[in-house]
Amino acid sequence: MAAHLKKRVYEEFTKVVQPQEEIATKKLRLTKPSKSAALHIDLCKATSPADALQYLLQFARKPVEAESVEGVVRILLEHYYKENDPSVRLKIASLLGLLSKTAGFSPDCIMDDAINILQNEKSHQVLAQLLDTLLAIGTKLPENQAIQMRLVDVACKHLTDTSHGVRNKCLQLLGNLGSLEKSVTKDAEGLAARDVQKIIGDYFSDQDPRVRTAAIKAMLQLHERGLKLHQTIYNQACKLLSDDYEQVRSAAVQLIWVVSQLYPESIVPIPSSNEEIRLVDDAFGKICHMVSDGSWVVRVQAAKLLGSMEQVSSHFLEQTLDKKLMSDLRRKRTAHERAKELYSSGEFSSGRKWGDDAPKEEVDTGAVNLIESGACGAFVHGLEDEMYEVRIAAVEALCMLAQSSPSFAEKCLDFLVDMFNDEIEEVRLQSIHTMRKISNNITLREDQLDTVLAVLEDSSRDIREALHELLCCTNVSTKEGIHLALVELLKNLTKYPTDRDSIWKCLKFLGSRHPTLVLPLVPELLSTHPFFDTAEPDMDDPAYIAVLVLIFNAAKTCPTMPALFSDHTFRHYAYLRDSLSHLVPALRLPGRKLVSSAVSPSIIPQEDPSQQFLQQSLERVYSLQHLDPQGAQELLEFTIRDLQRLGELQSELAGVADFSATYLRCQLLLIKALQEKLWNVAAPLYLKQSDLASAAAKQIMEETYKMEFMYSGVENKQVVIIHHMRLQAKALQLIVTARTTRGLDPLFGMCEKFLQEVDFFQRYFIADLPHLQDSFVDKLLDLMPRLMTSKPAEVVKILQTMLRQSAFLHLPLPEQIHKASATIIEPAGESDNPLRFTSGLVVALDVDATLEHVQDPQNTVKVQVLYPDGQAQMIHPKPADFRNPGPGRHRLITQVYLSHTAWTEACQVEVRLLLAYNSSARIPKCPWMEGGEMSPQVETSIEGTIPFSKPVKVYIMPKPARR
Amino acid sequence: MPEIRVTPLGAGQDVGRSCILVSIAGKNVMLDCGMHMGFNDDRRFPDFSYITQNGRLTDFLDCVIISHFHLDHCGALPYFSEMVGYDGPIYMTHPTQAICPILLEDYRKIAVDKKGEANFFTSQMIKDCMKKVVAVHLHQTVQVDDELEIKAYYAGHVLGAAMFQIKVGSESVVYTGDYNMTPDRHLGAAWIDKCRPNLLITESTYATTIRDSKRCRERDFLKKVHETVERGGKVLIPVFALGRAQELCILLETFWERMNLKVPIYFSTGLTEKANHYYKLFIPWTNQKIRKTFVQRNMFEFKHIKAFDRAFADNPGPMVVFATPGMLHAGQSLQIFRKWAGNEKNMVIMPGYCVQGTVGHKILSGQRKLEMEGRQVLEVKMQVEYMSFSAHADAKGIMQLVGQAEPESVLLVHGEAKKMEFLKQKIEQELRVSCYMPANGETVTLPTSISLGLLNGPHIDGCCCLLRQEASAPNFRLVSSEQALKELGLAEHQLRFTCRVHLHDTRKEQETALRVYSHLKSVLKDHCVQHLPDGSVTVESVLLQAAAPSEDPGTKVLLVSWTYQDEELGSFLTSLLKKGLPQAPS
Repeated sequence: MAAHLKKRVYEEFTKVVQPQEEIATKKLRLTKPSKSAALHIDLCKATSPADALQYLLQFARKPVEAESVEGVVRILLEHYYKENDPSVRLKIASLLGLLSKTAGFSPDCIMDDAINILQNEKSHQVLAQLLDTLLAIGTKLPENQAIQMRLVDVACKHLTDTSHGVRNKCLQLLGNLGSLEKSVTKDAEGLAARDVQKIIGDYFSDQDPRVRTAAIKAMLQLHERGLKLHQTIYNQACKLLSDDYEQVRSAAVQLIWVVSQLYPESIVPIPSSNEEIRLVDDAFGKICHMVSDGSWVVRVQAAKLLGSMEQVSSHFLEQTLDKKLMSDLRRKRTAHERAKELYSSGEFSSGRKWGDDAPKEEVDTGAVNLIESGACGAFVHGLEDEMYEVRIAAVEALCMLAQSSPSFAEKCLDFLVDMFNDEIEEVRLQSIHTMRKISNNITLREDQLDTVLAVLEDSSRDIREALHELLCCTNVSTKEGIHLALVELLKNLTKYPTDRDSIWKCLKFLGSRHPTLVLPLVPELLSTHPFFDTAEPDMDDPAYIAVLVLIFNAAKTCPTMPALFSDHTFRHYAYLRDSLSHLVPALRLPGRKLVSSAVSPSIIPQEDPSQQFLQQSLERVYSLQHLDPQGAQELLEFTIRDLQRLGELQSELAGVADFSATYLRCQLLLIKALQEKLWNVAAPLYLKQSDLASAAAKQIMEETYKMEFMYSGVENKQVVIIHHMRLQAKALQLIVTARTTRGLDPLFGMCEKFLQEVDFFQRYFIADLPHLQDSFVDKLLDLMPRLMTSKPAEVVKILQTMLRQSAFLHLPLPEQIHKASATIIEPAGESDNPLRFTSGLVVALDVDATLEHVQDPQNTVKVQVLYPDGQAQMIHPKPADFRNPGPGRHRLITQVYLSHTAWTEACQVEVRLLLAYNSSARIPKCPWMEGGEMSPQVETSIEGTIPFSKPVKVYIMPKPARR
Repeated sequence: MPEIRVTPLGAGQDVGRSCILVSIAGKNVMLDCGMHMGFNDDRRFPDFSYITQNGRLTDFLDCVIISHFHLDHCGALPYFSEMVGYDGPIYMTHPTQAICPILLEDYRKIAVDKKGEANFFTSQMIKDCMKKVVAVHLHQTVQVDDELEIKAYYAGHVLGAAMFQIKVGSESVVYTGDYNMTPDRHLGAAWIDKCRPNLLITESTYATTIRDSKRCRERDFLKKVHETVERGGKVLIPVFALGRAQELCILLETFWERMNLKVPIYFSTGLTEKANHYYKLFIPWTNQKIRKTFVQRNMFEFKHIKAFDRAFADNPGPMVVFATPGMLHAGQSLQIFRKWAGNEKNMVIMPGYCVQGTVGHKILSGQRKLEMEGRQVLEVKMQVEYMSFSAHADAKGIMQLVGQAEPESVLLVHGEAKKMEFLKQKIEQELRVSCYMPANGETVTLPTSISLGLLNGPHIDGCCCLLRQEASAPNFRLVSSEQALKELGLAEHQLRFTCRVHLHDTRKEQETALRVYSHLKSVLKDHCVQHLPDGSVTVESVLLQAAAPSEDPGTKVLLVSWTYQDEELGSFLTSLLKKGLPQAPS
């Protein structure tokens, strides 16, 4: 074996690859004729249609190469002509369709045959399938006008077929291939281009509802292909709205929507009157009417589409929320109106009198219109619908419309607030999210706030947290409102203590948004008294902290507030500023020095200086090359220190600073490793001391993985540099191993592997190589031919000198870079009571963590449990366990199952979060990889993991089972 | 002419004792058989003598349909079937069949035991009456007899409420019963397909009202209950045992669940417990939410709601109690009310309408001092709230249903005349559908527009024909076309095709005819070919005549004439003759 290897290295190192490739191509050629031939033989063998069908099914399971498609098609066609059984012909026809979709095969050669067999076919099913095949062919050749025209012609011919299936397919074909304009090109064969819209439009009144649906779908398809539909279609589509069949109505609603988007401003007459309105308004009214359709499918469709009709005029829009209440023919005000009036008149809702909602004015009987009012109350109906799908669609539509129209947002508020009491949690959640999205446009009235806050007692955590998010960004109009919110939040806190962090955060924003409203509340909230000293509250009380968070955040922009604080408040401030610095801002307090004034954002006008500082320190490093090793090390060391400190101080620069610091640390480690004395010592002597160098190599590898996968916003430029650093680490590893191991055998393998890596690197980053002037890899590639033929010892020697000579590469900084981080909120790891369970059985541990700047957390984030005996367990959380409360933020709420054999006493297990990575999935696909099938497993497999949260210790105690 | 006749015996321009007679294509159907809450004399039941003057009920009625279990729709049923005497089938849905006897029994007890009425139906009669009931499923087409079929649609309103489509041949009537177009906490919304009946008979309780969103009402209700309970007060909710009570229970139960409240909720026992049991069983009749979640938990298996005991009323601390009856005129709800009325922390919520004279009506109209029996004066300090939870369709809902079903005409019942008038006008204006609103005992006759034009025209074809005779026996029957023609006094219309064939033949006409005859005789061996004395040839009913045009003696014109029925033979003959005659051996 060794001898053989040696031979390879010395003589044939470079030649090995090529013969293999040749063999591979040969293989392909061998299979090609066999495939169609085998099919042919099989089909000839088939005695009965069932047999033939079986063969065809088997054949369909295997892919066919582009070159052999034509042969296969010929054979299939041949059998098609002979075949009497329609089911076999059907299968053949469908196979033709599949085959013509094969990449790299141009199907125009089989089109004639397909059209030919179409003419003689009697079975409707086979006809439909053949038309489908033609559709596949036609879509494959989108630029060939003649073929398209011919296919359209064929479709038109078969439109009169008695079977609905055939007509469906024809319409589909027309929709996909037809063109609108009458005279696009005069074809040589005299096939005049037809007006497809008119042809399809004629089938709107087909007797079969399936064909009607297909006709509308075809029309929509025309629109999707970018052809502009004529406005004439609008009236036709309106008639279809009263069709008997729900699928027709549903498609018609879509079509009307499309037309209304195409011609929003054109004018249509109102029937039975001589008024005229804009088309988009008319369409809006019609779609609104469909919100009370008999079929819920249509209702969902209509409600969804309403959301995207933004051009509609505002008085139409506002009608959707107005049902024109009446009682005994007298106009009645809605409960919402009443609430508003009571509020504005200063009296709070009593609702005590029976006749409270007594109708007022008399309605003119002639003027009341019960159904034709179009948009009237569409959303009122939609939000009250029986099916929650409709309600959700309506809420979504409300959200979209409210985002584009502030006045509508104000009006729909009452209705959204009402939805907070829906019976289905999904709907409640959706409406809370919607409210959050439009919260910039609105200010909550006190009675609305009251209803909103009532939901805080909901037992569902998702609802409560969504509500906290909502409160973060709502505007409250009065100080009573703030007080109410605080009281309800504190109630929530006592009822559900686990909401602590969420509530604190909510109060932080509430405070900073409404400083002037908080100001008059301060004495009451802190329970200070003008004459008496009151008792000092307990500093560990979460409720008290909540109040303080509110006040301190309000005080940030309200300089008069600190004057109202008592002494202990200042002490508590200092404590909280340190312990909960993310919730408590820096304040300018009278008579106190600002300890961290230099970094306080309120004092620094812009972040420019720190940005500059960052740039400067990075530029300083560029001179690294010209320094002696000792100096370079020192420079790197203090630059890293600077960067780290900067990252701590300036949270917005933390990502960049950390990222560059990590890179510099890698460089520092490399320099240190190369500075080792061991390189000068003879091989046998430094066996023990080589630890440092190999440890350095290992650490660099780890750091590079972190750089690549733990930061969001890393671009290709950076990935190159990171990979380059990793390559250097690998070279270092190789050198160290070469020095420490005796014998050449393992070295051969390592050398080969390393050279392969270099090769990969070259292939992946071929475009970026020009940027890597003078670098390690640049030099390496220069010497590649020599390296290929050298002995391992020689390779190592070359690498060593190259590593020393190679220039330090500058790391270009990306625009936006954030380090992924995770904090485990639960388990808190504070409990002294062990979690007891019977050994061998499982115990569920609730894990709640927030993740920031993690890309694709569903696939990458794992939970690791480390048992005291060193056993580690990795748990993949379900995709549904991740929630996305905001951009760049994720929340993991999951359950981890623990189990172990019996222990004698309680012990701690460690729970931490891991970031799984797989470098091959990240690399952009190279041309040579596209051809072969990338198995889906490659994407999901885990190459390694990076721990990215602080481990939390959980006290557990598995007890032996009692017998 | 065929027609549909509708006569309301009750609920015509009125609310209560719904009872509508429908004659459709000779079939007589009675829709609902209810009692009137407002009367205690004979007027409480419909006047069945309207029917019995012509003989026995069973002979006259083909079936009775009950839409739902409310007493104003089924209260007179035992009286009607056992005391007046009816033995035909009674159709209702399964939940109605289950709950109806409970309510009837309750009604009987109050009437007989409390009010001491004689000559009222007995428990046994209720049982016997229920034996005549045939239960139907939703959307199940039931053949009552060969011609009459009925089909039930979901109506919301209360558990098991249904709309019925009654169909004879191509004529149909839809009766809505009471229905609700907006879903509530336990039931879905009424739904009907585009069945295009000739007549839609719809209730019109809220003919002139467009209602506010139910969400505000629900929210208000929950807020009021919650606030009172948090203050430590007690809440009394007087309810009628079935329908709204369950909705409010679900509402409170889910709210308690969501908000994690621990305050006890009680439900006064008795009849409601039995009914609740049925609510648990008939899950397919409830709304989407309950249907979806019942696998995990049946929403009617209340966690927080427990049975009430008389002693609980004196318990300290907050609580919520549902008690019957709904108008606070007697029974448990009144007892509890008297106990709690003195404390201003407590609250009473009236969830529905109260009749004048009841305690409920008095307190709602703001009276604070009530005279109770024995000249006691009860001072009401507790808060009094009114919350309307009604499960009838409002004007918009009615219009929506009419729009969904697309009937030819609409008939309004179960509402007040003045309000109906408005709705009638609206329906005629906006939907362009004729609309009727007969009073009790008034008959509406609708001509149905089955197209008889076919019969009158001259195109009777084929061998059979559908005939319907008038007045005496309004039935359809199948007769042959000849008989139909005879009965209608129409002459048969004959369609003949004629064709000329030119033949080269110099001989005389008679000889040509003879040659044609012999030729045809040899070709058409199994057909009857005859040579008539006038020189013409007949093959079955096809007539051939030879004629000689004056101008050209060398050619003869052969006239071939055949009827529409012999098209095949005729065209065969012409094509045969066009080939020419074989050369005669002469």
